[in-house]
Amino acid sequence: MGLNDAPVVARGLRREFGGVPVLAGVDLEVAAGEVVVLLGSNGAGKTTLLRVLATLLRPSGGTLRLFGEDASRRPPAARRRLGYVGHDSACYPDLTGRENLEFHAELHDVPDAAARVADLLRWAGLEDAARRPVRTYSRGMTQRLALARVLLHAPELLLLDEPYSGLDPAAATRLDGLLRELPRAGHAIVLSTHDVERVTPLASRVAILHRGRVAWSQQGGTDPIVVASAYDGVLGGRA
Amino acid sequence: MLRGALAVLRKDLRIEWRTRESLASMVVLGVLLVVIFSVALDPAPADAPRLAPSVLWAAFVFTGLLGVQRGFVLEREQDCLGGLLASPLDPAALYLGKLAANVALLGVTQALVVPLVAVFLHADVGRRLPSLVVVLLLGNLGFAAVATLFAAMTVRARAREVMLPVLLLPVVVPVLIAGVKATESVLAGGLGAAGGALGVLVAFDVIFVVAGVLLFEQVIRD
Repeated sequence: MGLNDAPVVARGLRREFGGVPVLAGVDLEVAAGEVVVLLGSNGAGKTTLLRVLATLLRPSGGTLRLFGEDASRRPPAARRRLGYVGHDSACYPDLTGRENLEFHAELHDVPDAAARVADLLRWAGLEDAARRPVRTYSRGMTQRLALARVLLHAPELLLLDEPYSGLDPAAATRLDGLLRELPRAGHAIVLSTHDVERVTPLASRVAILHRGRVAWSQQGGTDPIVVASAYDGVLGGRA
Repeated sequence: MLRGALAVLRKDLRIEWRTRESLASMVVLGVLLVVIFSVALDPAPADAPRLAPSVLWAAFVFTGLLGVQRGFVLEREQDCLGGLLASPLDPAALYLGKLAANVALLGVTQALVVPLVAVFLHADVGRRLPSLVVVLLLGNLGFAAVATLFAAMTVRARAREVMLPVLLLPVVVPVLIAGVKATESVLAGGLGAAGGALGVLVAFDVIFVVAGVLLFEQVIRD
């Protein structure tokens, strides 16, 4: 897979809200099998960038190609190949966990959906709660369901906005495993987090966003100490 | 596209069946409106049937506003709309699924409100029921076609409860007038007598369903 059909190729990506720039020219390329970790303080533009990549927000400027296709036209073929988990679970509180997964499996035309849903409920540790409305779930259970939802169609590009949020240690460890396993199978992952120590060992690249731009980026061999130092430097205005 | 629309319809109806939030409020409002109109107008028994079409349609429009708005509010909760828009679901399928769910909800409300109007306003709907069902379905579809589109447009607005009626009501005036005229004609002489008004309803339905399918993606995206 060359640059032309890479999961993400963003050039000078901008996004404004009411004239206020949140993304001020982001360049980002994500190849198949890469794990790109986005770091940054609150308001740095991580969530906006992920939502633009997920085609949920239109960029105000710049270009974005997903799997070689112009994302401004929201190509269904590209959307079929990506999965996004945001701050909210995108699961209906009045449906059960199983019904939520079945609904999304239908949207994604997942083959052998019943078996896939059962597998993911087991992965998420939600088998016993599968018949309960999501409204009765704890924050962590809802987050596990959201992760199961996004894995249904085995997306080639996973966009995860603070995926560890609300997870208990066991679930966080399962997610660590997933972040190691999926890239080996060629899946690209872009995730945002504040947990530098946990995620940088899993990353093939770390990018620090600051004031809507990639202020610091390092490819491969990311050391949490180096990243933490760079992060402090960026926030202190030294980078 | 049909498969996606059916998935959205089934999901919406399942949620409604479980919570009954829209239906309960729509039926209560519908009953209240019919009772209030009947008591406030206090027509003589001979004049009462003439008021039935306008009372019916006024009740449908206000209850419809309530139901349609709720349909999109549930998509905002937990950013479920984001989940739908990031999926390969065709936005037109999302529109058609939502439209079908709104038509179904309005249909159930109509089925409960029409007999009440018959009782309170002495309208002989039983004799003309098949023709009346045709008129109600056409009006229901036209109203829901516009309301679904506008509810999507206002779902992210802060003052959406105010915005939706302000935007929607002027646009559905043709449906309201044609619905009242067609209902009057049907109750007086059957479907044949309602030709012109039925034509308006059919034209309105076609225009706004097509417009909804074509415009929904532009309306729903941020």
